[in-house]
This record gives sequence, structure tokens and C-alpha cells, in this order.
Amino acid sequence: MIRFDEVSKRYPGGKEALSRVSFELADQEMAFLTGHSGAGKSTLMKLIILMERPSQGQVFVQGANLNRVSRRQVPHLRRNVGVVFQNHQLLFDRTVYDNVALPLIIAGYQHREIGRRVRAALSKVGLSGKEKQYPITLSGGEQQRVGIARAVVNRPPLLLADEPTGNLDPDLSREIMDLFVQFNQVGVTVMIATHDLELVNRMKRTQLILNQGRLEVASA
Amino acid sequence: MSETKRRVRTRPQGKESPAGTGASQASGGSIASWAVNHMIVARQSLAGLLDTFVSSLMTWLVIGIALALPTILYLLLANVGELTSTFEGKPRISVYLADQVTVDEGEAFSRSLDRLEGVASTKFISPDDALTEFKAMSGFGDVLEALPGNPLPAVVEVVPSVEQPAELRLLVTGLSSHPEVSRVSVDLEWVERLFALLTLGERFVTALAFFLSLGVLLSIGNTIRLAIENRRSEIEVVKLVGGTDSFVRRPFLYLGFWYGFGGAVIAVVMVEASLVFLGGPVDRLVHSYHDRFVLSGLGPGTAITLMITGGLLGVLGAVVAVSRHLHAIEPR
Repeated sequence: MIRFDEVSKRYPGGKEALSRVSFELADQEMAFLTGHSGAGKSTLMKLIILMERPSQGQVFVQGANLNRVSRRQVPHLRRNVGVVFQNHQLLFDRTVYDNVALPLIIAGYQHREIGRRVRAALSKVGLSGKEKQYPITLSGGEQQRVGIARAVVNRPPLLLADEPTGNLDPDLSREIMDLFVQFNQVGVTVMIATHDLELVNRMKRTQLILNQGRLEVASA
Repeated sequence: MSETKRRVRTRPQGKESPAGTGASQASGGSIASWAVNHMIVARQSLAGLLDTFVSSLMTWLVIGIALALPTILYLLLANVGELTSTFEGKPRISVYLADQVTVDEGEAFSRSLDRLEGVASTKFISPDDALTEFKAMSGFGDVLEALPGNPLPAVVEVVPSVEQPAELRLLVTGLSSHPEVSRVSVDLEWVERLFALLTLGERFVTALAFFLSLGVLLSIGNTIRLAIENRRSEIEVVKLVGGTDSFVRRPFLYLGFWYGFGGAVIAVVMVEASLVFLGGPVDRLVHSYHDRFVLSGLGPGTAITLMITGGLLGVLGAVVAVSRHLHAIEPR
């Protein structure tokens, strides 16, 4: 699903965020990406959804070499990757429904299909009945669920989450993690960046540990 | 979620057609839903403008004034042009007859001129007719009463069938050679001068329209730039979840269209109101020349043209703003 081949990323100013990172994540796998803040977790994820381009090396997603993806093709590639952000990236002037429907509208789904899928995604994350509310009226955990619903509403084969439990208490964190496990069980490849090592150790999944831009251990 | 695995095959390939055809994805998209999206976006951007009605109205007024000014000038020019064509579409030649020519002789002479080559029609005006007409039109009737006799000569008004200056001059020379004729005058120069002035006016209005259109373009472009800046976070999110450039661009192009179109509607109202305002004085002025003339307004054709022009200017201004500022916004 994802393959990094000797990937380095150097930002203007000389700081090397990733150096010669290589790994492969198989289809339907679930992996955690860990490391201190500044270790390069976000950079690695940004490379997968083409928010950044590598300085060296090659990234493959679903077999496609991202170095050969032109700027105009980027949106189409992003539609196959659901992304959950720590800061949710929700639109606060739109209802929960409109937020979750956004990827489907962009992909050109028909009205009825959009309604069906949005309701299914919201019910999946336990937010049925909150469609007409605005994100600001929801709790932090609920906002994160809206973000997750938006990430999966398009049924992407790959789901990325950047610190999805960053601001949540342990109980809520566990619920959110359970959601990701459920998506993985139905065949979605999941990659979660987090620094919550306790949670990671309990989950017993593949771990990618970044330390100052180097991938140190990749264990199952 | 059993469809998840099947969706894997829709991965992007190197060759996949990228062009803003987000709607034509395999996943349930169609021309119909693309058109529906256009309609929704058009409606949403108009609703957004109406939500902030007062500030939208300001922009509409600026655009309206910029479009109305050249339109009014153009209409006035067109009206003057029409007025001169009903008045003096063709030059008229006044042939003044010598004093000793009697009315009968004058009428006979007039009929003989009628058969001349280059002459369309003639009309004999006796000294008495001329005096009556002059009294009615000039307002100097009392002065004429004080004169001992009728000072006006008999006139044959000749409408020539030729228009070229050289041919006209030939005709005038021919008319002058008759012994009955004392003087021939052609009302040609002032017509030529008027037409030259009208041409100048048209050029002026065209230049003015060009610069004011540029102003409309820039002011819409600037408004759109602010709108883009206000919706920066939304643009980032849309790009993040796979919105194509054309999808991101669409609401701003419609916004530009509505600004331009709304401005043109205001311009139409302004022009019509100005014509009503000018109508009274123009009526009195024309009436004093014994002429019936109705100031012609925009008419549906010109009004629609103006609105389409406004809409196009708006879209164009938005295209300029979007192409300059949208690329700079990328998700971080």
C-alpha cells in the first residue's frame, strides 16, 4: 500500500526532517508511527498525501510513484486517502452534515448517494442525529469523530491519522482507537501517528519509530 | 464497508486524465451531478452576497456607476445621431430666386429642376409662404411687421439624389448658371462638422468605456481577492480532501459573475432613471424646434447586452484574481 524507498526530506534552511527512510506497509495493515515531536512524523504523512515532496528517494502509494504525479493529479490521488488531523480541520461555518459530505461533493457523487453515505459514516462514529449541528457546539471528542467520518465517508483504501487522540482523555482515546481498529478489520489500511506510547504498546501492531528523521525500528 | 477493497482499483495512474473533471470519477459521478454542483455553487454564492447585502450593494453601486456612465453617453450620442438623420439625413440645397421672378415663373422653374439629373425632389416656397413660416418659427414676427415689404426671396428647395461632395458641387454649379437664380446655398458644412463631432464623441465614449471596464475588472478582482483571503482555511480543507483547482475556483468565478451582473442591473436602473430625468428638458428643447422627437432608451436588447457584459467582466476579474492568488494557498 505504502512504500518508502530511501526517502529524505530537507526543508529550506537546511533542517533535515527525514533522512533515508525506507519501509513498506502492506495492504490492510495497521501501523503506528511514533517518535518525539519534531521527529518527522508529520513530514512523513505529508509526503504520502503530497502536501510535501521528497528531496530524495521515492514514495509509492498503491503502486503509484508519487514523484511522477503532476500537480493537477494531486487532488485525484488525495481522494483515495482519508486523513484525520489533530486539529480536526473542520469548517466551522458549516453543519456536521456539510463537513462530512465535502469529499463526496468534490468527487461528484449524486445527491441521494451523498445523503446515504454521510448518514452511514456519522452512525459509524456514533454521531447520528447531530447532522444539523455546527462543529462549535460539539465537544473535542465529537469534533474528532466528525473528522474521522469525513475521512472515511469516501471509503478510501488508506486512512492516515496525525495525533488523532492528541487532546483527548484516555477513555475517549480508546474509543477513537477502537474505531480505527474497526475500519482496519473491514480492509482499510491504517497508519496512525501518535506519541501515546502506552496506547501503542497495548495495541500490539506494527510500529514505525522515528528518531530525528531516521526510522529506527520497524517491528510487528 | 465491503466495497472498500473494490475501490482500491480506482487508484491514480500516471496517465489518468487530470483535467478538472472531478465529477467524472468512476464513483457515481456524472455530468448531471456536475451540473447540479454548478447550480448549487451559483445559488450559494448569490445567497452569500445577499447575506451581506449592504457591503455587496456598495460593490454593485461602484460597478453600476462605472457601467452606467459610458452607457448614458453612448445613448445620448445615438439619440443625437438619430435626430440628425431625421432632420438632415441628406444635404438640402436652397436655390434663392432673383427678385424679378414671379410666383408662376418660380413654380415652373421648380418643376423644370425636378427633371434634372441628380435631383430627387423640389419644393417651391413663395416669398409669402416663407414669410409665414419664418414668423412662426423665429419669433421675430413683430420685427417683420415693422418692415415696409416682404424682404424674403422665393426659394426652391432641392433634395439631391446624389451624395458625393464632387457630384453635389457639380449640381450646385449647374443650378447657379440659370438666369432665374440669384444664389445657391448648400447646408453641407454643418452636417459634416456635426458628423465629425459625433465620430469624435463615439471614439471618446469607446475609450471611456474601455477604461471604466478595466476599472470594473480590477475592482471585482480586488473584491474576489479579499473573498479568497477570507476563505483561506476552507480552501485548504477542500484541497486537502481532494478538491481540484477547478472545484476550488468555481465559487469565486460565480461570485465574480454575480458582482458584475448585479452591477449591470444597477447600471440599467441608473440609465433608465437618468433618461426619465433628462426626458422633460429634452422634450421642451425639441419642441422649440417644432419637431417631434422621443428620447429613445436602452431597449431590451441593449439592456441584456449590458448585463451579459457585466457578468463577463465579473467572471474575467475573478479569473484574474483567482489565477494570481489561489495557487498560493496550499494546505499546511
